[in-house]
Amino acid sequence: MKAIKKIILGLSAGLLLIGCGNNSKDGSSGAMTSSNAEKVYVPPGEHDEFYAFLSGGYSGNLTVYGLPSGRMFKEIPVFSQFPTNGYGYSEETKAMLNTSYGFIPWGDSHHPDISQTNGELDGRWIFINENNTPRIARISLTTFETEEIIEIPNSAGNHASSFVTENTEYIVAGTRFAVPNPQKDMPIDEMKGEFKGPLSFISIDQEHGHMAIDFQLNMPGFNYDLSHPGRDKSHGWFFFTSYNTEEAHSMMEVNASQNDKDFIAAVNWKKIAEYVENGGGTKVAGTYAHNTYDESTMTATTEMKEGVISVDPRDVEGAVYYMPVPKSPHGLDVDPSGQYIIGNGKLSTQLSVYSFEKMMTAIENKDYDGDAYGIPILSFESVLEGVVDSGGLGPLHTEFDGKGYGYTTFFISSEVVKWEIGSWEVIDRLPIYYSVGHLTIPGGNSRKPFGKYMFSMNKITKDRYLPTGPELEHSAQLYDITGDKMELLLDFPTHGEPHYAAAIPAELIKSKSKKYYELEENNHPHAVKNEKDTRVESNGNEVHVYATTVRSHFAPDNVEGVKVGDKVYFHITNLEQDFDVPHGFAMIGANTSEILIMPGQTKTITWEPKREGVWPFY
Amino acid sequence: MNIHFFIKPLASLFLMLCLIACNSSDKSKDSNHSDDIMSDSKEVSSSNKGQAFIEDDGKNPNALQLAIGSEDHTTLVKAVQAAGVENALVNVGPLTVFAPTNAAFNKLDKTTLENLLKPENKSALGKILLHHVAPSNYPIGTLEKNVEQNRKLYMADGHYLEVTRQGEDIYLGDTKIIATVNVSNGWVHIVDDVLLHN
Repeated sequence: MKAIKKIILGLSAGLLLIGCGNNSKDGSSGAMTSSNAEKVYVPPGEHDEFYAFLSGGYSGNLTVYGLPSGRMFKEIPVFSQFPTNGYGYSEETKAMLNTSYGFIPWGDSHHPDISQTNGELDGRWIFINENNTPRIARISLTTFETEEIIEIPNSAGNHASSFVTENTEYIVAGTRFAVPNPQKDMPIDEMKGEFKGPLSFISIDQEHGHMAIDFQLNMPGFNYDLSHPGRDKSHGWFFFTSYNTEEAHSMMEVNASQNDKDFIAAVNWKKIAEYVENGGGTKVAGTYAHNTYDESTMTATTEMKEGVISVDPRDVEGAVYYMPVPKSPHGLDVDPSGQYIIGNGKLSTQLSVYSFEKMMTAIENKDYDGDAYGIPILSFESVLEGVVDSGGLGPLHTEFDGKGYGYTTFFISSEVVKWEIGSWEVIDRLPIYYSVGHLTIPGGNSRKPFGKYMFSMNKITKDRYLPTGPELEHSAQLYDITGDKMELLLDFPTHGEPHYAAAIPAELIKSKSKKYYELEENNHPHAVKNEKDTRVESNGNEVHVYATTVRSHFAPDNVEGVKVGDKVYFHITNLEQDFDVPHGFAMIGANTSEILIMPGQTKTITWEPKREGVWPFY
Repeated sequence: MNIHFFIKPLASLFLMLCLIACNSSDKSKDSNHSDDIMSDSKEVSSSNKGQAFIEDDGKNPNALQLAIGSEDHTTLVKAVQAAGVENALVNVGPLTVFAPTNAAFNKLDKTTLENLLKPENKSALGKILLHHVAPSNYPIGTLEKNVEQNRKLYMADGHYLEVTRQGEDIYLGDTKIIATVNVSNGWVHIVDDVLLHN
């Protein structure tokens, strides 16, 4: 006991010292003060100021929240089957989850990004990547439904994705785990120089948003981790972090004194797009699924495609450079002016800030420090603009408020640090509860951020909420960033494991939000638009029930003559033409799902009766 | 030894002390004392101090809990608390911590040590402590690999330390690793010198 007492006394003296420092700050910024409660209070019936779209991580989906209230409005199914509305179960939507590997019911969604025009959020679409089976999805911000999913062949670990260029010309997809390209069986210890890290550029058709793989840049086999587009003056470039120290350490091309550095790849995509347009590049093998959902037929279809244009980065002069970054860079962000590129070495304590102007000068002067597989490495000193010496540990991601400040998360020291662009001085820091990963400021990845709120998405929850057994929802924290000091306003639980989020002023999308589907525009092949057309058609063992539902009955409400061994398709059309009157349909013993049909929509579920009898549906 | 036995009374003592100490400073800033006292009493809940201050009933101690439970590391614990870096030591990591013993601290000049523990030197002390942490897992086997490949160890303060072998022992710079403990968030190597970056 003596020893314990001593420790307690010693410690409390130590604790008192820090406790005081922390506390006087907390006291003056009082997260629990009534004014902070008012800041997040949205009175009943009123709307939030921002929509926030949080990736679901291992849920495979995207969740929609309001800011500042932290209320969850919706989960949008993207890469996973979703029992709530039958996505991925209903006959119409199953095709959305097709891939070259077959039907995949559950994915891993990562980084949402909202479409832009002139570098500003335009609220047309939101894109999100699937990390495990490389894919990109496009979601309409009118219907909040997934409209298209394109698979990325020749790639593995689609993590450096799905960020948009400033006029939504391209979405990129990276290869986080270098692989043989083309794929083949080979010994892993011969990977060096043999593996590749293709970076895919997916073009967007501006009218409908349709995606097409324009080209793949067949980069050396490093691991491309995250990316962001240049904007404004650096528009036309894309920047990717890479890591894989084993490869870097054993790489002949890299000078021994640079062993502790990996690279940012700077890619002039405009130049490469032009090259491809003029017939450059080689068509290489690559099978991929392209799934599109047609709103008028309410039906998804899969087109299996073959082959992509591959570009060797060495074939396009002046298009690709490497910039050295200390210690395994993870996050990479570009400030709203497009002038500064921030690379965060996740094992480092510092952020490295690169200047786009300096980069262009270094390119012009051929200020190289060797090359990696023929790609010039710009000398570190010639491109480095400054260093944010934060004192934090494990920097991950940076967002900007549009007022001259950057906000960076630190995973190991579990904090957010606010720093000034230009002086690179730390202005403020706050602890995060706990182990922060990403953070988001609405428009934080654009020319025009809305620097009112910032929220952190945290990996560890522990005791933040009432305990719910070993499995807990992750926590997010909302901060007011209008003053010099950040202020914690609110804690709210999130769904799955959010890896990044995109947020947008509600005004930019809420007036465009669809309220119901026009029955007249319903081109579903099995739709029936009034009760007198409802019927049952049999074709051998196939039975098609063309049914309608309207408050509060089905037509037909009895179906007779179905036999064991038949396959019954219930095509249900919701005849309602009112906002927020969906109808559900469930059939006893159906092995698919229940379905939820929006007003004006038609959806189909199948039922294969197992036993004779009289079986209800509702 | 039950580590939680230590943490509980510590945390409550800490809360009490903070309330007393800090409300007095708030009074001068804000006329509405009663509100402040109320908000502060909520504010200083253990979870709002960070992960180091919550009870998670974990079976295996993390790096900080190990140090708190060790009679040979009271000075280190005091330094960690004075620098306010407790939360970094309980994070999921993985981290490798080189933990100087009390004897190691006693090798330092007494005034230097006392000065470092003063609040105004919090950031300098923090930097010294970061020089004792390597991000990632470095069990002895991995350190031996560093020796074989002549690879320096990157420390969390951004500097490097040379890893060498003398006989059966692994040295970090001139400092011998005298014991190793696997903790829930990485590895703790006990060393008999304070590692100072020149």
